[in-house]
Amino acid sequence: METYQLSVPGEQFREEVSDAYSPKLGKKRKKQIIVNNVDESDSVPEILANTRTAPGIISMRGCAYAGCKGVVLGPTRDILQITHGPIGCGFYSWLTRRNKTRPTTPEAENYMQYAMSTDLQEDEIVFGGEKKLMAAIDEAVALFHPRAIGIFATCPVGLIGDDVHAVARAAEEKYPGVNIFGFSCEGYKGVSQSAGHHIANNKVFTDVVGQIDKPKEGKFRLNILGEYNIGGDAFEIERIAALCGVTLHSTFSGNSIYDEFASAHTADLNVVMCHRSINYLAEMMELKYGIPWFKVNLVGAEATSKSFRKIAAFFKDTELIERTDHVIETEMEIVQKVRDEIRPRCEGKTAILFVGGSRAHHYQDLLREIGVVTIAAGYEFAHRDDYEGRKVLPTIVVDADSRNIEELTVTADENRYRPRISEEEKSVRESEGFTFSDYRGMMPEMPVGTLVIDDCNHYELEKLIEYYHPDLVCAGIKEKYIVQKQGIPMKQLHSYDYMGPFAGFRGAVNFYREIDRLLNCNAFKFAKAPWDESPELTATYGFVASE
Amino acid sequence: MLLRHTPSGLSERKALTINPAKTCQPIGAMYAALGLHNCMPHSHGSQGCCAYHRSSLTRHYNDPIMATTSSFSEGSSVFGGQANLLEAFTNIFTLYNPDIIAVNTTCLSEVIGDDLVQIIKKAYEEKKIPDGKIVIHANTPSFTGSHITGYANMATAMVKYFAQNTGKRNGKITLIPSFIEPSDMSEIKHIASEMGIKYIMFPDTSDVVNSPMDGHFRMYPKGGCPKESVTASGDSNAVIALGRLGAMPAARLLDTQCKVPVHVLDLPIGITATDNFVDTLRKIAGVAVPESLRKERGQLVDILCDMNQYTYGKKVSLLGDPDILLSMVQFCKDAGMEVLHVLTGTPPGKVKLEDRVRELYGNKVIVKTGLQCDMFMFHQLVQENRPDLIMGNTYCKYICRDMDIPLLRIGYPIYDRIGQSYVPITGYRGGIHLLLKILSIFMDRQDRDAEEENVELIM
Repeated sequence: METYQLSVPGEQFREEVSDAYSPKLGKKRKKQIIVNNVDESDSVPEILANTRTAPGIISMRGCAYAGCKGVVLGPTRDILQITHGPIGCGFYSWLTRRNKTRPTTPEAENYMQYAMSTDLQEDEIVFGGEKKLMAAIDEAVALFHPRAIGIFATCPVGLIGDDVHAVARAAEEKYPGVNIFGFSCEGYKGVSQSAGHHIANNKVFTDVVGQIDKPKEGKFRLNILGEYNIGGDAFEIERIAALCGVTLHSTFSGNSIYDEFASAHTADLNVVMCHRSINYLAEMMELKYGIPWFKVNLVGAEATSKSFRKIAAFFKDTELIERTDHVIETEMEIVQKVRDEIRPRCEGKTAILFVGGSRAHHYQDLLREIGVVTIAAGYEFAHRDDYEGRKVLPTIVVDADSRNIEELTVTADENRYRPRISEEEKSVRESEGFTFSDYRGMMPEMPVGTLVIDDCNHYELEKLIEYYHPDLVCAGIKEKYIVQKQGIPMKQLHSYDYMGPFAGFRGAVNFYREIDRLLNCNAFKFAKAPWDESPELTATYGFVASE
Repeated sequence: MLLRHTPSGLSERKALTINPAKTCQPIGAMYAALGLHNCMPHSHGSQGCCAYHRSSLTRHYNDPIMATTSSFSEGSSVFGGQANLLEAFTNIFTLYNPDIIAVNTTCLSEVIGDDLVQIIKKAYEEKKIPDGKIVIHANTPSFTGSHITGYANMATAMVKYFAQNTGKRNGKITLIPSFIEPSDMSEIKHIASEMGIKYIMFPDTSDVVNSPMDGHFRMYPKGGCPKESVTASGDSNAVIALGRLGAMPAARLLDTQCKVPVHVLDLPIGITATDNFVDTLRKIAGVAVPESLRKERGQLVDILCDMNQYTYGKKVSLLGDPDILLSMVQFCKDAGMEVLHVLTGTPPGKVKLEDRVRELYGNKVIVKTGLQCDMFMFHQLVQENRPDLIMGNTYCKYICRDMDIPLLRIGYPIYDRIGQSYVPITGYRGGIHLLLKILSIFMDRQDRDAEEENVELIM
């Protein structure tokens, strides 16, 4: 196993940082700050995750509403989305996640640019907002004639007892041609965005997937789960899929439409990108429809190659396998050329990554390809399995916050359950080393001795920079300028700083070039003025400074 | 077309807001709190509120926006947020050591009825607030008003908690600006300084959210009004509220609480409003307008006259926040432009934006304020009567692109251009910047759209 020697031992960092907190909080943080270790059986130390952020701590986290509306449903262009609540939540989630979408015709439905809200006022908070929500749906239907409407509950809605599901049902009776469904994604649910992902998965599974039984044409049909088309990542993945000859039935939810979700159960394979936000759906679709799933990583040229090879291997078709190999070979020629040019300039530089629930893992692959070492990483809202791998699932203790999020009981669909591969074949394949329903987690792929920090907060980020002087920090917008003020380049890995794509082969090239720019551009060198470098004064002309 | 589903003609709506022209109170309160020196804004609600507000402000200012949250769980939402807030105080003072914590409520904590006065009292009693440290609060329920109301409420809280009348006037003038850029606040201070006036200004976000890059991160940058100055505002000889909606409530309270005579003016954007500001300062302080300001004014007037042909008669539609809108409308009038539409989602309150706009432009201009007055409506209005220029925030870019109308970015938020936090639009110098921007837009359009034989070399 690869080892990395930190300039200050990770254990020392953990002790000293935890000492700044109250004893109770310090004790908890010690369980969330882990010095990585990987043994022969791929086991890693246990990390505490998916637990509350202490009040008053400057966290990177957001809320359940952000996870549900912002992350999972946001990228879908033809589900009309109404935020039920005061104006803020709808306003802040309006286009800010950069999910790109490409309607097939100029007339095709595309509500991405529209932010809709019931803008609840004091009267409605006092007397209930259900009537206004119904009226808002009436107006939305009259104006836009959508085929599906999603309603998203915000904090006060849950407290005043508005039932978004009841309103959705009543509205559906009124408008039988429109699929209307509500999400109880009040911001206080759970401990982070993660609760919202789960809530979104559940509703999409019960109310959307399975509504249309018409499969897409194609020989090798799969869904990609947990790819949100930030900066055009999904476009690049679509391009590679088309070159390889696999049919991307639907992407949950980058560049997606309702019909693709509704018929996603007709595909033969689910591959999962962002394990945290969407593993629920993969699991449930396997149980109900018999669609197997496995984890892929389409960030990083090597990881992309490996993932597409695995997809081809799943379908066991010689022509597909050869074609995929050929595509990878052609694409890698360009990738390799850029990598060879850039790697010498980035080799040995260090990075720290604190992002989401999969990016902090995936982007380590990309950085490694140009020689950048990740010395500390962590997720904002992941669970233990995202760190340690799914093998720890049975040992995860469900606390009160998670128990409040509904866990659906799923059984095989009477008519539509169709195992895409038999249990026997699955075992044979597994014995040959093919993995299903897998996620190895981030920690087994990080060097021994590096730091893994769950829900890293501002204080710890500052200390990391102070202790380890990383050459690059990757996190989100709230952290961006805190880091850059210190003269350290910062790359946003939520919004990509309005660039991209960074997935797939072309994305890898974009990312190499971007990291090269950040690490080697002139701009950051001006943080220190010349007179700060050599403050001693030697008079040449003897002017007298005037007051 | 990005907004392809917006039908032409005004759609009657009573419940659905589409593409809002406002946001919620707490973000305004957070921004105002950043205008106190060594102050940590604190959002008493779910952590999503704080995350959204910090993200939005960061995107607008491209600077660190530091704030904390009570991180409500489902339990605190049921049983009340007192325990969370008390724990937050301990953590904030231990880790981040501010002098002041400025708490704003959210829809969540307002609905469950958390009593901030009582919780803060308890925090003092239980020594959760170290000696010499202070916690202030503003009630900012998201289901009334807008971000401008939230800003006004936090500015008012500063007066309530700090301002004291010792019975002896200090010869200073207190300036309270509405929700404007740090550069605009600096420019207002510049005018007062040039006139030799001793002033106190709060909230003052200059040198907080437009701080320089020098290799160091400071959780509390050097700017922001010191709390001692806010205290001393109770002894000031006069207070000037710059903006009726964002600044007047705080100024009025200073009057009632400390008997400081109050003057309510429009934000000094454009010539007329800046003239009013300078003239008021002159009269209150009994000073002459210095040569330096006469020169700044003269230069602005110079450009306005020299280039009047490029602005005269141009049609403009404006979207934004009432205080800025009002002064901008006046400036449009000064430059001979015709205002077609004025729209804000912020409820008008007692301030009759509409009346003021009508004083200038009569009954032809369309003014929309309050509920369901949003960008969807604005889009429909400009489709019916096309302007030459739209003034508004970043979100107007979709309308502008679809309709090929140029956009002058003013107000909040501006996510897609930089400069507003460095270059002011207030004062005479700000007026020059503003006018130059407007001229560039119209003149670039003329260059682009003119028939070949009509392309002018000299303009």
